[in-house]
Formats: sequence, C-alpha cells, structure tokens
Amino acid sequence: MMARLEPRGRPPRWLSPLLTVTAVAVALVIGAIVLALVGGDPVKSYLHIVKAAFGDVGVLSDTLVKATPLILTGLACALAFRMRLWNIGAEGQFLLGAWGASFVILGLGLPEGTPAIILIPAMMLAGALAGAVWGIVPGLLRARLGVNEIITTLMLNYVALAWVQFWVFGPWSEGGFQQTATFPKEAWLPRLTDFGKEIPLFSGLTTHLGMMFALIATAIVWFAVSRTRWGYEMRLIGDNARAARYAGIDIRRYIVVVFAISGALAGLAGMSEVAGSVHRLQDRISPGYGFTAIIIAFLAHLGPWRVVVASILFGALILAGREIQPSGVPAMIQGIILFCLIVADVFTRYRLVIARRAAATT
Amino acid sequence: MIDFTLVLAAGVASGTILLFAAVGEIFAERAGVLNLGVEGMMLMGAVAGFSVAASTGNPWVGVIVAMLAGAALSLIHAVVAIHLRAEQVISGLALTFLGTGLARVLGDGLSKAGAIETLPRITVPLLSQIPVLGPILFREQSILTYVGFVLVPVAWYWIDRTRPGLNLRAVGERPAAADAQGIDVIRVRYAYVIVGGLLAGLAGATITLAISPGWFGDQTVGGRGWIAVGLVIFAQWSPIRAAIGAYLFGAIFRFIIDIQGVKTIFGFENPFQAGRSATFFLEMLPYLFVIVVVIIGSREALRRRVGAPAALGIPYVRGERGA
Amino acid sequence: MTATEPRAPQAASSPNALEAVGIVKSFPGVLANDHVDFDLRPGEIHALLGENGAGKSTLMNVLAGLYRPDEGVVRVDGRAIDFRSPRDAIAAGIGMVHQHFTLVPSQTVAENVLLGLDRPRFWLDLKRTEAEVASVARDVGLKVDPRARIWQLSVGEQQRVEIIKLLIQGAQVLILDEPTAVLAPQEIADLFTTLRSMVATGTSVVFISHKLGEVLSIADRITVMRAGRVTAAGIDPKGVTRADLARLMVGRPVLEQLERTEVEPGRVVLQVDDVHADNDRGVPALRGASLQVRAGEIVGIAAVAGNGQSELAQVITGLRTCTGRVTIEGRDVAARPARESIAAGVAHVPEDRSGVGSAPNLSLVDNLILRAFRRPPLARGPLLDERAARDKARGLREAYAISAPTLDAPVRILSGGNLQRLILAREIDSAPRVLVAVQPTRGLDVGAIEGVHQMLLDLRAKGTGILLISEELEELLALADRILVMYEGRIAASFETPSGVDIDAIGLEMTGGEEAGSGSETVSTDA
Repeated sequence: MMARLEPRGRPPRWLSPLLTVTAVAVALVIGAIVLALVGGDPVKSYLHIVKAAFGDVGVLSDTLVKATPLILTGLACALAFRMRLWNIGAEGQFLLGAWGASFVILGLGLPEGTPAIILIPAMMLAGALAGAVWGIVPGLLRARLGVNEIITTLMLNYVALAWVQFWVFGPWSEGGFQQTATFPKEAWLPRLTDFGKEIPLFSGLTTHLGMMFALIATAIVWFAVSRTRWGYEMRLIGDNARAARYAGIDIRRYIVVVFAISGALAGLAGMSEVAGSVHRLQDRISPGYGFTAIIIAFLAHLGPWRVVVASILFGALILAGREIQPSGVPAMIQGIILFCLIVADVFTRYRLVIARRAAATT
Repeated sequence: MIDFTLVLAAGVASGTILLFAAVGEIFAERAGVLNLGVEGMMLMGAVAGFSVAASTGNPWVGVIVAMLAGAALSLIHAVVAIHLRAEQVISGLALTFLGTGLARVLGDGLSKAGAIETLPRITVPLLSQIPVLGPILFREQSILTYVGFVLVPVAWYWIDRTRPGLNLRAVGERPAAADAQGIDVIRVRYAYVIVGGLLAGLAGATITLAISPGWFGDQTVGGRGWIAVGLVIFAQWSPIRAAIGAYLFGAIFRFIIDIQGVKTIFGFENPFQAGRSATFFLEMLPYLFVIVVVIIGSREALRRRVGAPAALGIPYVRGERGA
Repeated sequence: MTATEPRAPQAASSPNALEAVGIVKSFPGVLANDHVDFDLRPGEIHALLGENGAGKSTLMNVLAGLYRPDEGVVRVDGRAIDFRSPRDAIAAGIGMVHQHFTLVPSQTVAENVLLGLDRPRFWLDLKRTEAEVASVARDVGLKVDPRARIWQLSVGEQQRVEIIKLLIQGAQVLILDEPTAVLAPQEIADLFTTLRSMVATGTSVVFISHKLGEVLSIADRITVMRAGRVTAAGIDPKGVTRADLARLMVGRPVLEQLERTEVEPGRVVLQVDDVHADNDRGVPALRGASLQVRAGEIVGIAAVAGNGQSELAQVITGLRTCTGRVTIEGRDVAARPARESIAAGVAHVPEDRSGVGSAPNLSLVDNLILRAFRRPPLARGPLLDERAARDKARGLREAYAISAPTLDAPVRILSGGNLQRLILAREIDSAPRVLVAVQPTRGLDVGAIEGVHQMLLDLRAKGTGILLISEELEELLALADRILVMYEGRIAASFETPSGVDIDAIGLEMTGGEEAGSGSETVSTDA
C-alpha cells in the first residue's frame, strides 16, 4: 500500500468550507485530548467557553468587543497575505495605533472639554497613521532592499511593546501604575449601553462604535479586492510576481502601499480598543490580537467577510479563555487550529491517493 | 564602572543560547526548509529541560529531554512542510503558537519550582590564563558554552568539507539535481529539520539549565528564537558568521542588564538605572539591532548575488510531468 | 568517419547493453508509456525519435532509475534489474544527461562530480577530484575547468560537465535527452565528434531528439515513438527518408502548410540603438546591440543560449533596465517601466510561459485580461468590469480555440500548447505595433507549433513588426524575413531570407565567426 498526494485540477466549491470546518473540529478534539492529558476537564472547559461567550446577550456583546480588534487586525493580515507579504507585525502596529490615539489625549495638551466630534476623528487619524508608519518601515525595507519582512515586522512588535511600556511606566503613568489615567468621556466611542435609556435591551451592553469601523473597513476591503483594478493587481502579484511585473505593475510601490494600509488597519484596531473598550493605555493592552489575526486571516482564506466570522469565534476563545487554567490553553488551541487548517488547505490542493503498487516489475 | 571582561564573558555565555538556535536553523535552511518555529521549539526545550531537571534532580537528563522535545516539535513541521508541501511560513508560525501554548500549559506552576541544580561550570586550565581572551572565553563558563565552541567549527566543516554536507547543500540548492544523483531529498530534509529541532531544544535548555535558570513563562525565551532566525540571514547561512553574531548579541543582552546597575556614566547620572522608564529603550536595542544586521545581510546578498539556499521554502516533488 | 556512413552494429549475438520490455508508465490523466520495448546494442548510437510528449523522456527516465515503471522489465547486459533510484542505474553503468541539467549551480564542477560518486564516503578530497576531472576531460577531448562554479559556465560547458560526471561514475550507457536543443551548429558538431569517439571505445549511447536531420546523421539505428507507443523499432537509417520518419513520428504528413502573404515592410516600428545591459548576475549581457524592425516584418534572432537574446527581449519590453535607446514608433521606452512599453504598443510572448507569461493559479479570465485591464471597456475608472472581462475572455477562447473546461479554471491545468495559445491570443488581441516572441514553440507538439506559426504570420500580415527569438534555426528560416545573429551581446551578422541564407555562415557567426569551423560536420537543417 502506498499513499501519495496528487494535485487536484479544480477543487469542488463545497470542499474548502467543509475541510475548514472539519479542521477546526479536529483541532478542538486534539486540544481536548491534550487538555485531558495535562489533567484538565475538556468537556467542562469547552462548555464553559460556549457559555461564557455566547450564553446570553451580555456575554455575546462582550464577545463582539473582543472580535472588533480581531476583525481589523485580521483584515490587516489578510490584505498583506494576499500579496504573499508576511506581515507578522499587526501586534506592533496595533500597539502603535493605541499609542497614537492616546497621544491625542495625553500628549497634545488639548483643552479640557474638547468635543468628541474633534477628539474621535483625531484619535482615529493618529492611530491609523502611527500603525501605518509601523507598517511602512518593513514595507520600504522589503521593497527597496529586499529585507525579509517576517523578521522586521516581528522585531518591530517587540520594539512597539517596549515603546508603549516606556510611556505607561514613565511619562503617562498614573500614580506609578502601569497604565495611564482614564480618558475623558469625550474620547470614548459610543457603546450600546449609552442608548440604554431609549432601548432597554441595550443597557449594560459594551459593544462599541469600533464594531462599525470594523464592518465598514471590511466592506471597503471587500470592494477593493473584488471589484477594482487594485484587487486584480494584488491577486496577480500574490500568485506570480514575475507575471505581475510582466503585466506592467509596479510591485515595489504595491508592497509599500499595502504595508501602509495593513498597518493603518491594525493601528485603527489599537485606537478602537483604547477609545472603545479600555479607555486608557496600559501595559497589557493586547492579549495577542495581532498574532491571533494571522490565524484568523488563514481560517478565513483571506476573504474579508469570512474574517468577521472567524474573528467572532476567536473573540469567544479569547474572552472565555481568560478563565481557563492553565493559562496557555487558548494559545495552544490556536496553534493546533492553525496546524489543522494548514493540513486542510493541503487537501484542497491535493487529493490523497492510496494505491496498491501495480504488478511487480521483476 | 562595568567590568568589560565580565560583560564579555557573560555575553559569550548568553550568546551560546542564540548560537545553538541559529546553527540549528542554518542546518534546516541549508536543506531547503524554513522553520520559523524556533521560538516555540526553544520554549518547549526550556520548559521540558527545566521541569525534568527539577523533578529528577539531574540537569543532564533535562538537557536530553529538552533536545527531544525540540525535535518532537520540529518533526510536526517536517511532516507538514516536507510531506504535505504546505506553506512553510505559516507552518513555522503555527509551530511557534503551538510551542508557546504547550510550554505555558506544561510550565503551569513551574515558576515556583525553586532552585534546581544547574549544569557544571568549568575553568579550563592554561587556556584561561591567556591574556584578555582567557578570562572571557575559558573562565567559569558553563559546560554548554564549550559545547558551543566545538559546535561552530564542526558545523562549518560538516557543511563545507564532508560528503553529508555536500549532499545537504545540493538538496537545499537544487533538489532535483540531488535526487538525480540518488540522494534521498526527503530523508535529508527530515534529518536536518530534526537537527534544527534538537539544537533549538538545546538552546532552550541552555537558558533554563545553565545561563539563567528558572521558568518565567514565554518571557523565558523572550523573542530570542526570532533573533536567531534573523541572525541566520545576517550570517548568510554560515555557522562561523552566526557565531560572531550570536556572541555579539549575547554581549548586548548582557550589557543591557549590567548598565542598569551603574549609577553614573562619565560623571553624569545614568538614565538607564534599573526601575527607570528609560530602560525600555534599552530593551528595544537587541530587536532594533536585529533589523540592522538583517539589512546588512540582505545588502550583502544583493551585492554578491548569492544569498539564501535557492530551494529554501520550496517543497520538492519528483515525477510531476514536465519536471 | 562521416555522418552518412553508420558503422555496422557490433556482433548481434552479444547481449544488449540495455533492454526495456513492455514498459508501462502513467501519470495522472496521461499514459506516457504504453507497453514500450527498446533495446540498445553495445557500442552503438541508437536514436529515439519522437515529438514532444511522445513519451521518450519518460521511457528514458525509467531506464535511468528516476521513475519506476508501472509494468515492464529493464535488462542490463541480459540481466533483469529493478532500479529503485538513479543511483542503482548508475551502479549498473547507465547515466542520463537530462534536458534540464541536474547540476547544482552554486557548487564547483568537481563538487558536482563528487555528488554523484560513492567514494569518498565522508572526508572529501577536492584536489584529487579536480585532477581526476581534468584527466577524464582530456581523454574524451572535452575542455572544462574543474574549479569553476556551474553558474559561471555556458550551457554547452554545463553539458560537458554532465557527460564527464557520468563517465567518472563509470557509465557504459549514456542517455542524452535532446542534447542539441541548446547548442549552436558548431557545438553540435563537436558533440557528435565526442560521441563517436566514445562509442569507438565501447560506450553505448541513446540519443533522444525530435530533429530528423540530426538523427539521420548520427544514429546507427532509430526507434520512433508516438503517443506513448513505439511506431518503428530499431530501423536502419540507410533505408529510410526524412518523410518516412516524419510520418512515423507524427502519424500524418508533416510538411507545414503555412499561409504566407507577401507584405511590403512599412515604417520602422522598433528601433534599438547601442543598448547595454547586465544580466541577473551583474555581468554585461548586451554590449551595444542595435537593430530595426519594420511594420509587417518578422525579424529573427539566432543565437546560442546566453548571448544576450533573452536580455534583449527584456530590455524592449521594459523588464530590464539598460542604457542606450529603445524606441517604439519614435517613443523612447529604454529603462522605463514595463507599463510604458505596453502603452507604446509592445506585446510580449515570454520565454517562460508559466513563470512569467501567466499566473498559474488564476483563472482563464484573469489571465486573458492581463494586458487589457487598464483600458476601457474593462476598466471603468478604478473599477474592473467583471462582465466585460468575462465577455472578452469568452471571445478570445472561441476565436483562438483555447481548450479549457471553463473560464474559471486555473490556467495551470492547461496543456503547454493551450497555454501558449492563450498567451498569444491575449498579446495579439492587444493589436500591438511590435511583438517580441521568445521561443514561442519550445516544448510544443507539431500541431501546436503549426498553429503558433500561423498566428505569427497572420499578425505580420496585419502590419505588426515581429521580433522572433528562437533557438530553432528551422523555425527562423520558415518565418523570418531577416535573420540577425547575436553573439556576445551584439548583432554579429544579418541574413536576408530566403535568398541570402547560408546555414554554415549563420552557425559560424553564432559561435564567434573567426575560428575555422570548416563545416565538415555541420548538421543539415533544411526543412
């Protein structure tokens, strides 16, 4: 008996979604086994995740709060991955975005009572800009000098973390704690609960305007990649850069621009997180959104709307996972899911042929 | 003031960690397989080595288990990247996620394990008496540091001057040519990915069993796996250059710690004293420096028009039509 | 000894040096070898003739141990042997020079030779190997520097390294897969001399080719394959004509029926003046090349691989930077981005169809709009009109008979001929002023070649200036109005067709002119 992989011509349409769902299921089973091996109770843990993430409107809303930065960073990764640019730096771009938005509040010396209509757009701009800068640096290095973007984006994550830590431990520290003072109310993104008086159902719900940013960004990215010449050009670069050059596309410029947009999206995620959810800058502002985004982009097969769905699932995992012991479990499950997705992806491209060797040759 | 001999000696010790990981990655990449999971493998090595040493009381058993743990993780990557022909970048990232998560799960509670017996430190007679270099290289160094000293020339000789090394280079540069000469491309790739895993596991154990014993979650490795991957580019896939880079980075890491204990520099107050927020700029240094050395490596590759092994990251398939 | 005097095969009683019986080998969707028999006598040159895709290379890959047959037996010196790897084959004395050389570019000649040897097992002694390479090379009259790195060598020199490597490994049987495809006429003559001196000392040679003239001039016996089967086994070249062989090879008479209309060349559409450019390794590849192409004219470029013809095509199409002037109808596009050369009306059929000319995983639609997507009706401002794109793709698929399951199929599943039709369809559809076509028929079967040739002639009739770069002299002779010979980055000579054609002179110019090629053993290439 021999098993080998043979390339498929064109996989049927249903195959890829089916394999994706299977992969996630298999990953959860493997995760359960590992969990049981280290002495946990997998059934209880999984039930807990479902209940803590989707059990009622309140926790569902919390899940969406976690999903918001994931959608934006997931889009950032998916966009770059389409061109086979490995932007592993969404985490750092997120942190810079959060810092940039905080800078508007804490660094500009705007007078107290500056209205939201000025503050919020300024924070969005600053967040996106800071994230974009953090993306352009590796983009330029890759486009101009051929420097491997995986390494540079990763290293910039660590630099970004130290940068944020410097500000929250130092100049912006509130009373020596590792966090800034709470932002004024004008700098808070509106939440559903703010409309609790008018619509009682909303009271207590923390889902904020960042979700709208995320959905609008998703729509824009979807439109750009599927309906415009840029989308076509990106597809071309992603599949065969030499063919793209042959088609007269300036690949270097695309690399820089896509890195900038990717960084801006992740930066906006950081802004949305500080303005919509945390309302201050703090040391551990991200539980690894930028890294989870990589898995989300892959799970979504780089499709913008699928990023939204995948983000909600991972939002649930992050939300509920905080209470699961040991603390490494969610990260481990993420790793297993990614591996299972990779294997599933292999089977959309190849079919497994198990064949007995034909009549012996001698 | 800082005693620079001590800083450099400690830098050599600390650089040994990066050295093992980078040389391991060089082996894997020379065979044409990019393994970005070094950070995850190191964490697994670190936690496995530490917990086994803590429970058995024997650090040597810890070292061996650590290497096996790194190899076990690398085997997953090997199957996915070599047999299943998956995108190696993503598989390597997945390995880092998995290794990090698993290490944290396994390391749960380990931080309270207390002191363990570490690997022996040795002062080499005679050699340690050499002026300047002696105290830096041969005084009170962990036994693993000396293993590092031996590994570098051995790795260089192996790759450049022996039959297995010749085969290794052929597999990474032009697997079809190697295959046509009867070299088993798949087996060679598996072997060196696993060698990479063994060495990454050893690198992890070097942290927890020799250089800075203890378990601090994913901060135990703290990005050094990624630095090792960056070093490989700077090293242009040469173990000797990797060694230079590794010891340099070791010294930087050490300097960052030591300078925080200094009160004044040239009569001015040291802004980087421990506890000051400016120390975060110090923490950025190694990562910024990686970017600099990777730029240097890339520029050199552009100028000399040689660089990464030609088949790096590309799965090998024999017998496809038109091949 | 001359080409027209094949030696009598050696004693028929001695066992065959190599024998294949009933070989079957299939790949997904293709039966490449269907019960194929083949035998090679000691000390003969046995030609295996067939067009691309006939299964020649597959059969030889089986004999060389690279593929394992699904069915069938391989015998060496009368003993049945089951090759598990190429190493088994070489141990049995069978070595193959593949079309794509199996050399490691970054390693030296000596290291490449070592790669194929079993000894020494661990410690390498490069000095000794270098001396051994030099001595074997001297024995068979091949010139090669054992310390040179492979990437520094010309294609002809690399072929010599392959042969030397196999001889040092102890090969008694040499299988050469299309060895002349990359060589100039004089280099071919040199190769033939080497092969004859080797068979004289007892080595046996399998010579794979699809070129009738070559096969008739070198072979002691000829086996012909078509569509995975043998159509003629071990026939004597004395008793057959080119027409016979062609019929056996293709299954029908193969004289190309090309419609060639008389076109009066118009104004100059492409002018190249004193262009200099480096190749990918940073070595000067173009050193002052100048030429003109007029509307309605096909200008052929003949050159041995590596003399700057690829770089010339890239310079004109904006894919390589250069100094000098490249003008399209008076508009200078030298060292400008590819986009400007496209806008100026340059179309390009690149050498590498799947690596440059198409995006393998994208659909027919995406690949067919590769050039036109910037202009209306496909582009509407920044938007791309998907329906217009599909309409265009559908139209082109019908007009150019591109055979594919659907418009959404990825083009990697297309056959070589169909992919080339797709690329030509797209390029011709852009109504170009200038078309640069590089090796447009390489690797295609006879029917597909005829189609491509007709498409080029039709485009010429419409008044496009065509620069045709080809390694097939016959193709240039059939299509070109003028043939320019390139040597070391310059245009070395120009020949008008059909009046001023002298194959020997072209061959001489391709290899640098001066040195006496004397034409004693050049290969006849009349079509």
